[in-house]
Amino acid sequence: MYELFKDLGSWLVSGEQWQGTDGIAHRLAEHLQYSLLSTLIAAAIGLPLGLLIGHTGKGAFVAINLASFGRALPTVGLVVLVFLASGLSMTPVYVALVALAVPAIVTNTYAGMTAVDPDVKDAARGQGMRGHQVLFQVELPLALPLIMTGLRLALIQVVATATIAAYVSFGGLGRYVFDGLAQRDLVQVMGGAVLVAVVAIGLDLALSGLQRFLFRHRTA
Amino acid sequence: MIQFDAVHKRFPNGTTAVHDLSLEMPEGGVTVLVGSSGCGKTTTLRMINRMVEPTSGTIQVGGKDITQQDAAELRRSIGYVIQQSGLFPHRTVLDNVATVPLLLGWGRRKARSRAAELLETVGLAADTGRRYPHQLSGGQQQRVGVARALAADPPVLLMDEPFGAVDPVVRTQLQDELLRLQQELSKTIVFVTHDIDEAVRLGDQIAIFRTGGHLVQCATPTELLARPADDFVADFLGAERGLKLLSLTSLAAVPQAPVPEGGTWTLVLDDARKPVHWASKSEPDAQIPVRPLKDTDSLLSALNESVASPTGLIARVDADGVLTGVSSRDDIHEHAGNAHTEARVAA
Repeated sequence: MYELFKDLGSWLVSGEQWQGTDGIAHRLAEHLQYSLLSTLIAAAIGLPLGLLIGHTGKGAFVAINLASFGRALPTVGLVVLVFLASGLSMTPVYVALVALAVPAIVTNTYAGMTAVDPDVKDAARGQGMRGHQVLFQVELPLALPLIMTGLRLALIQVVATATIAAYVSFGGLGRYVFDGLAQRDLVQVMGGAVLVAVVAIGLDLALSGLQRFLFRHRTA
Repeated sequence: MIQFDAVHKRFPNGTTAVHDLSLEMPEGGVTVLVGSSGCGKTTTLRMINRMVEPTSGTIQVGGKDITQQDAAELRRSIGYVIQQSGLFPHRTVLDNVATVPLLLGWGRRKARSRAAELLETVGLAADTGRRYPHQLSGGQQQRVGVARALAADPPVLLMDEPFGAVDPVVRTQLQDELLRLQQELSKTIVFVTHDIDEAVRLGDQIAIFRTGGHLVQCATPTELLARPADDFVADFLGAERGLKLLSLTSLAAVPQAPVPEGGTWTLVLDDARKPVHWASKSEPDAQIPVRPLKDTDSLLSALNESVASPTGLIARVDADGVLTGVSSRDDIHEHAGNAHTEARVAA
């Protein structure tokens, strides 16, 4: 066991392991690229949806049920399904990752919108704000902390799951896991897993720190 | 002027909130809508700025049917204050007050300088503008709410239980402040409350509503207290109805006499001839506080003071607090009785 950790340590820090197309630096960049792009696409879908549902109060069941739908969704199954339909490309990976991220974004955006004090919304309308002014000047800024939480959770989930790109022969940190498994190289498998975990936890800490800084003047 | 004509409001769930309401709210006056909860007073108020649309009937503000105007533009021309102040928690106090001017496209600089001016008008320090609503007390938040409603100088002000959530001392201050503001600004104010004392204090006209959205009586406070239309109104006005009427009559007409010589109790004055307290000749340590009254004070406070005074006399002072004379309990009683008779005859 001790040997294993020692090997893992030298695998992670060896300069050689960090260079080249199969190096950690390159795989990390690929991994982040998949994750950020997927989360961006998911935000482009989930944010307007969550804001619309929250503002109009219509379709609330969608927002609420999306959360459990997201939890139940088999990501690998989805990759395979889209892979069979569309052939070999990054599309199945992005579809699966976006599908994973959208529920967290919609649900949290909706939760943020419903948490806005009804008296404040009433006052906004009563001062003569139109629907879009209430949405962008009052509801959105007040829902922002929870919206950011949704984006953060989505990104963390996606980072942790983006290893599946390697499953359909693409890059990212999942490469080490799948290659390691194929080569029965346990050190490489663990190296990949540890890197993914560190990136996910690191992003979570950094983003929650940013949130605390941005909303330091808020009471609730 | 605001005019309701056969206005009816039934909500989709079948409850009737306002029943066939016809009512005039005079220009430059305070109309108070009172009644227990669920009587339709808030719905009535909210129909004026189209936060609630009537099922039938017409409402006119300044001679124009409100349904002929764009709802958002109508609201910008009507000040709106609600109970929990409804301030925007993410904006500074100054930007909260500048809301309507900004919506009207005044430009940031002009809107902010107008907002700063209004903070002063409602009695808030200039540095309050930089703070956020949650950093203020409940009373201060309500003042900001009033300032925000006044920002674009609307002719009409709607106030929905604006002082309902603050303690009694602050509430009295805010009421005084509103009366002072109203003397300066002469807005057409519609004020909703469930507190009859507040209604009597602030209203030029009081409209009493009964559950089911029926307007029972609309009259001046004096008229209402002297001649309630039915038992419901009388009950609502409470057992001290007679005394409340006295709170509306000033004591100026009650005759004054010089302070009598002799007797056990003497009125002690300071160097500026301002009353300090009553002192007893037999027991040098005994002192009873005195609250001197001006001509603008009410007969009710005169009655109260005469009951508390050891001699039955009240100390009368001029605007500077200098003693002008005393009035007796009997004279106060006589005027109190007269006030009632006159109110009944007039009404």
